[in-house]
Amino acid sequence: MTALPRASRTLPLFAAITATAVALAGCAPGSSAPAGSPAAQPSASAVRTDAAALGEVTLTVWDQEVRGGQAAQMEQLNQAFQARYPNIRLNRVSRSFDDLTTTLRLALSGNEPPDVVEANNGRSSMGAFVKAGQLLPLDAYAEAYGWKERYPESVLRYSRYSADGKLFGEGNLYGLPQVGEVVGIFYNRAKLTALGIEPPKSWADFETTLATVKAEGEVPLQFGNLDKWPAVHVFGTVQSRVVPADQIATLAFGRKGASWDTPENAEAAEQLVSWVDKGYFAKGFNGQGYDASWQAFGKGQGVFLIAGTWLLADLQKALGDDIGFMLPPGATADAPPVATGGTGLPFAITAKSPHPDAAAAYIDFITNADAMKVLTGTGNLPVADTAAQSVPDGPQKEVFTAFGTASAENGLVPYLDYATPTFADTLGAALQDLLAGKSDPQAFLATLEKDYKTFAESNG
Amino acid sequence: MRPKSSRAAGPPGEPRRVAYLYLLPAFVIYAAFLLYPIGRAVQISLYDWDGLTLGTWAGLDNYVAVVTDEGLRAAFGHALVLIVFFSLVPVAIGLALAAVLHHAKVRGLGFFRTVVFLPQVIAMVVVAVAWRRVYAPDGSLNGLLSALGLDGLTRGWLGDYTFALPAVGVVGTWFETGLVTVLLLAGMSRIPQELYEAARLDGAGAVREFLAVTLPSVRAEIAVALTLTVIAALRTFDLVYVTTRGGPGDSTSVPSYEVYHRAFGLGQVGSAAAVGVTLTVVIFAISFGINRYADRRVT
Repeated sequence: MTALPRASRTLPLFAAITATAVALAGCAPGSSAPAGSPAAQPSASAVRTDAAALGEVTLTVWDQEVRGGQAAQMEQLNQAFQARYPNIRLNRVSRSFDDLTTTLRLALSGNEPPDVVEANNGRSSMGAFVKAGQLLPLDAYAEAYGWKERYPESVLRYSRYSADGKLFGEGNLYGLPQVGEVVGIFYNRAKLTALGIEPPKSWADFETTLATVKAEGEVPLQFGNLDKWPAVHVFGTVQSRVVPADQIATLAFGRKGASWDTPENAEAAEQLVSWVDKGYFAKGFNGQGYDASWQAFGKGQGVFLIAGTWLLADLQKALGDDIGFMLPPGATADAPPVATGGTGLPFAITAKSPHPDAAAAYIDFITNADAMKVLTGTGNLPVADTAAQSVPDGPQKEVFTAFGTASAENGLVPYLDYATPTFADTLGAALQDLLAGKSDPQAFLATLEKDYKTFAESNG
Repeated sequence: MRPKSSRAAGPPGEPRRVAYLYLLPAFVIYAAFLLYPIGRAVQISLYDWDGLTLGTWAGLDNYVAVVTDEGLRAAFGHALVLIVFFSLVPVAIGLALAAVLHHAKVRGLGFFRTVVFLPQVIAMVVVAVAWRRVYAPDGSLNGLLSALGLDGLTRGWLGDYTFALPAVGVVGTWFETGLVTVLLLAGMSRIPQELYEAARLDGAGAVREFLAVTLPSVRAEIAVALTLTVIAALRTFDLVYVTTRGGPGDSTSVPSYEVYHRAFGLGQVGSAAAVGVTLTVVIFAISFGINRYADRRVT
C-alpha cells in the first residue's frame, strides 16, 4: 500500500481547497434573511373577510395532518373549502410531524415560503419564526372573525408571542389551532370494578387507590419512559396538584418571577420518587418505549395511565368501553380543575405570503363552528365549542367533558418543556435521573432552576 | 515540419497543463456538492446562528464549547466506547470466525458467508427497531434470562444507566461482524497454499499457523475493516436516535446525534456545525492513523 506518500501530498492541497471554499462561502449565515424586523400588524379595518371576492388565488398549505382521523378531517374540510370558494386553489403539502419540524425552518427562510403553515408552539419553532419576522400577527383577523369570543384565553395564549419573539404566552396572536389536548388519567374500568374500587375523587384518594391496586398484585401505573418526554407529563400532573397554576405558567413560559426551588416543587418531586419506591410504576419503565407502554395498557396491563387525550382513539380500539378518562383530581372533590394541556399545532400565516386575507379565510374555515363538528365526527377533540358537540356517552364523552371543563375554567397549564429552548432535554434527562434514583429531588430542582434562570435572565 | 504549438511545452508523454481542463467537470461537481458545503459548515461553525436570523460572529467559541461542555465531551467519550463495540470486538470475532471457516474448508461456505453478512443488508433503522424490542423490559432478552432462571439479571436494558451504552454497542457488534468476517475471508482466500505447507513442514500448529501466516497476510484487510467500522462507530446516529435518543439521562448521547439535535431541535446551528466539523476531523485523524500504521508495518 502506498497511501501514505500520496495522502501527505494531497493533504495540503485539500486544506488549501477547503480554505478557498470557506472564502467563497462569503457573507455571514442568515444575511439573506430580513434583519429580524417584526412583521407589521395589519389593522382590523384593512382586512378583507369576503373570501369569494378575493379573485383567483393559490394558497400553499403545509400541515402535518397525516394520520387517521386527522387526515380525514383535513381532507373533508379542504374539499368543503374548495367547493365554497372555487376561486381559491389549495396546494396542500402534508408531512409527518418530525418531517415538518425539520423542513419548516428552511422553507420559511426562502423567498417564497408557503402561505399557511402548521408551526409547533414552542420557542424553537414558532418563537424562532416570530423573532425572525416570518409570521404574520393575526390579531386583526381574530377581531374580524371573532376568534377571541370562541376560543378561551387559556387556549389562545399558547399561540401568543411578543413581537420580538422573546415573551411566550402573551402578546400578539400568531396562530390558531384546530384541536385541543389535555393530560389526564386513563383508567381500566373493568379492572377497577373487579377490584371493587370507585374512580378516585381526590388526589389523596388516587394515592390510596394506587396502594390498594399494588396490594392486589396489579400494576398501578402503566409507564414507559425510554423516550424521555413521557415523564414530563406525569411530573406535570403531579406538580399541578401542589404548585399554584400561575407559578407553573410563569415557569413553563420561561418568564421571570418564579422559581423551581420551592417547597411545593420539592413536594411534587418527592411524591414522584415515592411512587417509584413503592413500585407503583410498571417494572423497567426507563427502558420501556412510550408506544409499547400504552399498547401494554391497551392489553390490560396496568390500571391507570397518565397520558394525553391523543391516545383515546387507539385505546378505545383496544379496550372499547372499558377505558375511562378523567382530569387529575384536585386536593378535594370540588377543587377547580387544573391539568397540563394545550392545543394541536396552530395554523399560522407567513409574513411573505402575498395572500394573507385568503390565508386567514382558510384558517377561519377550518376552525369555525362547522369545522368543529367535522373534527368531532372524525374522532378528533375540537379545541373550541367543545361542550356544544354531541357525542355518545362513554370514553369519548368523558374526554370531551374533561377538556371542555379544563379549558372553560382556564384550568389548562402549559407543558413544562416550553420554558426554554433547551428545557425539553434538561427536564427529560433530569426526570430520568430522578426516577432512576441517580439524583435526589434537591439536585433535580437545582438542574431545572439553573436552565430556567439562565434563560429567563438573558431573555430580559 | 512545424511542431504544433501545444506540443512545444514539453516532451511527449509528459503531463501538460491542458490535462487540468479535463479534470474540471468532475472538480466542479466535487466542489459544488462537497467542498462548498464543507467550507460553508466550517464558516457557520464560527458563528452563533439560529438558522433563521442574522448570525453573529462567535470566533472559536463553538469549538471551545466542544471541549469545555461536559455533555459534548461525554458524547465524544461515548463514541470512543462505541469504537470498541463497532470495531475491535467485530475484528476479533471476525478473525476467529474467518480463520475457522477458511481453515475448515466447510461445505457451503457461500451459504455461511451470506448468513454472516445478512445484518449489513438490513437498514440500520430496522435493526434498531428490532433490537429495541429485544431489549424491552418484556422483550426477548429478558424472556431468555428468565427462562434460564436468571431473573435477577433482567432489566430494561436501554433504560439502565450502566448497560444502555454497552447494549447499543452490542447492536453495532452484531451489525459489523458480518462485514468484517467477509472482508477477512476474502483476504485469507488469497493467501498462497504454499505458505501453509511451509509452516506445517516447520512444525507449526493451528495457532502458530494463524499467527505466523494468516494474520500478517490479512493486515491490509484488517486496516480496511478497522477504517470502515471506526467511521461507522463515530458517526452512529440512527441507532441512538431510534433506540434511546441519548438517554437514560445523557448516557448514550453521541456527537452525530448532538449535531442533529442542536441544528434541528434547539436551533443552535453554529454549535451543531462546530460539533460536525470536529467529528469530521476526529474521524479523518483516526482513519489516517490506522492506515498509516498498517502501511508502516507492511513495509
